[in-house]
Amino acid sequence: MNRLTEFREAVGTDGAVCVRGGATRWDLGGDPAGAHEVRAPSGVEEFLPAEMTVTVGAGTTLAELTEVLGASGQEVALDGPPGATVGGALAVGRSSLRRGRVGSIADALLQADCVGADGALFTAGGPTVKNVTGYDVCRLLVGSLGTLALLGRVILRTRPVPESSLWLAGELTPGRVADVAYRPATVLWDGQRTTVRLEGHPSDLNDERERLVALGLGEVDEPELGPCMSRWVGQIAAGAVLDVLGGVVYGDLPKTLPVIEPGVHALASRMRDEFDPGRRLNPGRDPYRVAA
Amino acid sequence: MPRGAGTGLAGGAVPCDDPVVIVTTRMDRILDVDVERRTAWVEPGVVNLDLSRHLAGTGLHFAPDPSSQQASTIGGNVATNSGGPHCLLYGVTSAHVQAVEVVLPDGEVVLLGEEQGDAAGYDLRGAFIGGEGTLGIATRICVRLTQDPPLVATLLLDFLTIDEAAETVSAIIAAGILPAALELMDQQVVAAVEPFAHAGYPMDAAAVLIVELDGLPAGIDDQVRRIGELARSHGAREVRRAADADEQERIWKGRKSAFGAIANLKPDYYLNDTVIPRSRLAEVLAGIQEAVDRHDLLIMNVFHAGDGNLHPLIVYDARDAEETARVLEVGEEIVRLAIDAGGVLSGEHGIGLEKRRFMGLQFSPEDLEAQARLRRAFDPDGMANPAKILPSGASCGHVTSLGRIPEGTWV
Repeated sequence: MNRLTEFREAVGTDGAVCVRGGATRWDLGGDPAGAHEVRAPSGVEEFLPAEMTVTVGAGTTLAELTEVLGASGQEVALDGPPGATVGGALAVGRSSLRRGRVGSIADALLQADCVGADGALFTAGGPTVKNVTGYDVCRLLVGSLGTLALLGRVILRTRPVPESSLWLAGELTPGRVADVAYRPATVLWDGQRTTVRLEGHPSDLNDERERLVALGLGEVDEPELGPCMSRWVGQIAAGAVLDVLGGVVYGDLPKTLPVIEPGVHALASRMRDEFDPGRRLNPGRDPYRVAA
Repeated sequence: MPRGAGTGLAGGAVPCDDPVVIVTTRMDRILDVDVERRTAWVEPGVVNLDLSRHLAGTGLHFAPDPSSQQASTIGGNVATNSGGPHCLLYGVTSAHVQAVEVVLPDGEVVLLGEEQGDAAGYDLRGAFIGGEGTLGIATRICVRLTQDPPLVATLLLDFLTIDEAAETVSAIIAAGILPAALELMDQQVVAAVEPFAHAGYPMDAAAVLIVELDGLPAGIDDQVRRIGELARSHGAREVRRAADADEQERIWKGRKSAFGAIANLKPDYYLNDTVIPRSRLAEVLAGIQEAVDRHDLLIMNVFHAGDGNLHPLIVYDARDAEETARVLEVGEEIVRLAIDAGGVLSGEHGIGLEKRRFMGLQFSPEDLEAQARLRRAFDPDGMANPAKILPSGASCGHVTSLGRIPEGTWV
């Protein structure tokens, strides 16, 4: 019996069930207290550097995956706290701080083998790097906090690790910096200072650094951003930092829940009803009750 | 059902079961361009290329560049999740749409997505894109704009066998190089386009590769050098870097005029859009050639090699019913070859009517049921663009007119 089948059997066909990954963001969107806990298979099954794809159990830690990919100079656009798993990062669906270069997390997921609420295994998406075959169920799963189906095994898009990178900061608006920097990976703005991360060939980065230093920026260490974040609503409180490309504010802020239009909420409820009418998958969790 | 410019190649915009057709081409206003935030709100009828023309001088452009970009609308690009040559590096339409205002089949108007970053909750925006008009009608679209690259290098590589060209593609990706575009044209296509593109394509080459790299100079030079070495070690005769913008334009002109040129050979063509693992290009191309030879047909290859997105093009005469039947037969064989190689049914054209009947080759009944759930959440009564994408007992099965593409479009 393969591990995906074992996972399906562990999920079963009735009763409340939730998946435990690294549990690094366990309370996000609510706690599925009392639900039967299962674990997704772990381990890198197949890494094809020449295809720039990797097949991996959803229970694999990001650290393990990063190590395997790094040996061939590749990476995936998934970030998470230490101990986080691939499945957990996808279920949370928060894009990398480097999204200016690596893209959104949803674009990283090519195929997902999942167990649905009815206990059946199904596959969403396909194994190739380009695919518009049928409805894009993969995208729905990213950020769904496991409320539509439970991820067992996924195929992710990999990409080359940048040759070099550097961080610069200074008192300039993000717009002014963007006029000079080419496709920055990260742009942070605290209302006064802009901090950017640039990635690319070392001598190109030297040239870009010179241009930005001439405008008053200086090289800095990678900034420490607190774990607390909230959706940006148009202002930046003192001490907070806006991830411009991600639309998320970091800092010690009161958590404000997003305001969801009734029509969108109704559509989302219909989606959950279709995939899990009995609300057995991650009960108590609601992806709309997440501050960011 | 919605209908834009009607350039889609899979029949997604062909009315089935007598629906009311809502044509969006007159909703063609560019509503707002925010240069600082790099977004623009457009109506669905804005022609793809018109947006990038409108942005000239801002240093920004709309990255998806489907074959049909002179005619196809952004609403249509959203419906099919369109691709294009430069999607190799920049991603397909979904990666460039922040938000969509949608009229759902029950009349409710919803805004899916966010102007900046990812929306809260389910990615309903991502689920809607590529829905081929079966999930509702987009009425306003917030697109993300891409910085123009400071520098572009266009390479032309030529090979005496198509295998060597295909192996070079695999070797480039395997070396961890992700070009902006990586296109293959075979000898038949080169012969057809050179007379009016004057790109200086080698007429005796079995295949040429067009490789485009963009960004900053040192990174580009490094990649040009590495690609040159890889190509030569895989048998390339010549690695030519376009000296200036004029030469770049001529190299691309040949690629872009492939379909107009084919009209000189046969009046009709059938274009098949599938994706295969890019390490298996040489093997699958040989399999396709064998199937085509067996059916005594003429095939031309001009496609997005870098992401394994095949576009075998079978030229024929639709007035010949017997030949048309052979074209459809070989089309099915090509789809099966792609699936057997671990590929998928469509890379950028969608399923529409054309490939509904093949969905079962790629997906199990459980997989298709998950897709049906997504569809039902948007459209419980199946009112929007009926009989598309999912295989069903619905009517409208008679699709043998394989369509012609307007002159000047490219695939």
